[in-house]
Amino acid sequence: MRDEIGVELRDVVKRFDNVTAVDHVSLEVRDGEFFSLLGPSGCGKTTSLRMIAGFEMPTLGDIFIRGVPQGYLPAYKRPVNTVFQHYALFPHMTVEQNVAFGLEMSKVPKPDIARRVKEVLDLVHLTGMDRRRPKQLSGGQQQRVALARALVNHPKVLLLDEPLGALDLKLRKAMQVELKALQTRVGITFIYVTHDQEEALTMSDRIGVMDRGKLLQVGAPQEVYEAPQSRFVSDFIGDTNYLEGHLVAFRGEYCKVAVEPGMLLWANNTPDLHLDQQVTVAFRPEKIYLNAAEQEEMNTLSGVVHEVVYTGSNTTYHVELPNSTVLMVRQQNVATLPDTRFHTGDRVDVSWPIASSKAFAN
Amino acid sequence: MLKALRRYPSLNAWLLLAPATLWLMIFFIAPLFIVIAYGFLERGTYGGVIWEFNPGNFARVFDSLYLNTFFRSVYIAFLTTCFCLLIGYPLGYYIATRPPHKRNTLLLALMIPFWTNFLIRTYAWLTLLRTNTGLINVTLMNLGIIKDPLPTFGNDFAIVLGLVYGWLPDMVLPIFAALDRLDRSLLEAASDLYAPGRRVFRRVIWPLSLPGVIAGSMLVFIPSLGAFVTPAILGGGKSLMIGNVISNQFLAAHDWPFGSALSTLMMGLMLVATLIYFRSTAGAGRRK
Repeated sequence: MRDEIGVELRDVVKRFDNVTAVDHVSLEVRDGEFFSLLGPSGCGKTTSLRMIAGFEMPTLGDIFIRGVPQGYLPAYKRPVNTVFQHYALFPHMTVEQNVAFGLEMSKVPKPDIARRVKEVLDLVHLTGMDRRRPKQLSGGQQQRVALARALVNHPKVLLLDEPLGALDLKLRKAMQVELKALQTRVGITFIYVTHDQEEALTMSDRIGVMDRGKLLQVGAPQEVYEAPQSRFVSDFIGDTNYLEGHLVAFRGEYCKVAVEPGMLLWANNTPDLHLDQQVTVAFRPEKIYLNAAEQEEMNTLSGVVHEVVYTGSNTTYHVELPNSTVLMVRQQNVATLPDTRFHTGDRVDVSWPIASSKAFAN
Repeated sequence: MLKALRRYPSLNAWLLLAPATLWLMIFFIAPLFIVIAYGFLERGTYGGVIWEFNPGNFARVFDSLYLNTFFRSVYIAFLTTCFCLLIGYPLGYYIATRPPHKRNTLLLALMIPFWTNFLIRTYAWLTLLRTNTGLINVTLMNLGIIKDPLPTFGNDFAIVLGLVYGWLPDMVLPIFAALDRLDRSLLEAASDLYAPGRRVFRRVIWPLSLPGVIAGSMLVFIPSLGAFVTPAILGGGKSLMIGNVISNQFLAAHDWPFGSALSTLMMGLMLVATLIYFRSTAGAGRRK
């Protein structure tokens, strides 16, 4: 089984002076996987990536690449390549020289270098750009050169540090699709650092969510979105509604939560909850129905439409509950149901499946 | 007035340039032409010039006596530049790689000695270097490390030492500036692409700091070539540079036209050096 693990972090800690940037992180990235490290800035995701690359050395723990411990191996001896956030292209070299750099350093014969450089430039759609300087290229083209410069070495693992961050939205979307397609084609393990949850959800096979140096949850995109294991994960990925109350009963995998004034909800348990505890119930805006017929296995509350935000394919209703909490309710604008529109001031019942709500300890 | 300025923006530019232009015309361009013109005139008995055409001054410049001094000066300036580079590059690199607060302290420390007058600092070297009574030789002899005094004074060694000391910051600062601008992630990118330290230096750091190296070398080479205080004091009157010959023509020999001719030639040489500098910095960006 060992050979199926591309990169492993084993209880890795990184401290800078007194700041702990990465706090006992253990992680296994499978071979050939598109793995994203997702989190807000300063969560330790970039530091983790830099430790895999060999730019930083772990304070504690070790990193394994295909089972080989990296220890204090310097960056130039590691079988990984990096695509930097701001590309870090050599300004005094042409595109061709940039891309050939790694091959030259590893003493690949000259004719092979020329062939491989040409191949990879074709792969990233930069044919004929080989004589240009980085400054003469657009942001998107520079991004491709950075990618080509890393890929040409056929690394075992490609590390990408927010590579699309400097591109405009449209180009970013296009590059997301292209990157994912490229990764599938070359079959290299990608470790992708981003703070953009949508980017992570779109491209990844699995996502690791980090906050304040800790790895909170690892799972497939659907898993981290549908079944977040902590309030932070549910909050960071997608929009979430929260209701605070105290736990009054258990029934199987569910628990009953009383929310003032006099509202009762059912929600999925998380481990370590106990009776009379203060908890937060979280549920997604798109799981909520407005004025649906009473059903089993649903939570139902009533409120007043406070605001209506139309965003083309969706409409988001802000519904105020009796305790003045405002819930977000997202409905698709389906043309066949014209009478499902609501207006500010309407009294509505909001209901959602109890399986789609989760209780977290406060 | 303001209305006129708004209507004719070019007038605006001229007015802004006027003080600088006037200053340069009176105190730079005009004297420059006077120097060149004096080179073609007859010498006055007690200095000054007689307004008679005399091309002989420029012919005399190529006398082997002066040419030798000239080449010696180029040689000393070249040595000075090399040593400044050898000392200045690592120093500039060290300063540029420190955290910002330390960097400022180090830059300040580099410049503090230069708040003292250059002449005084050169005399300070004199008390250190003098052959029989200098601090260095006296100390070494008292400690019994050497029997006879080392030749630390009145030679090229003393002059180059004094010049390197004097012009080192001019080498360090442009190199520091070039290295400071260098994006750290380029170095990481190079090592990520399998380049060990020395190749990171040769392929990335060195070529990208080359403009600073060239600027620093020019800033050291040109004033070293024309130096006359340092060779006059530390050369002990025996080891001379072209700067001393020129100042002697004006102050001792009262031959202003010949001094002017020598100056003109030296300016010509510096002009060539500067042109080479601009050519090579323009090329530095295009180099492999």
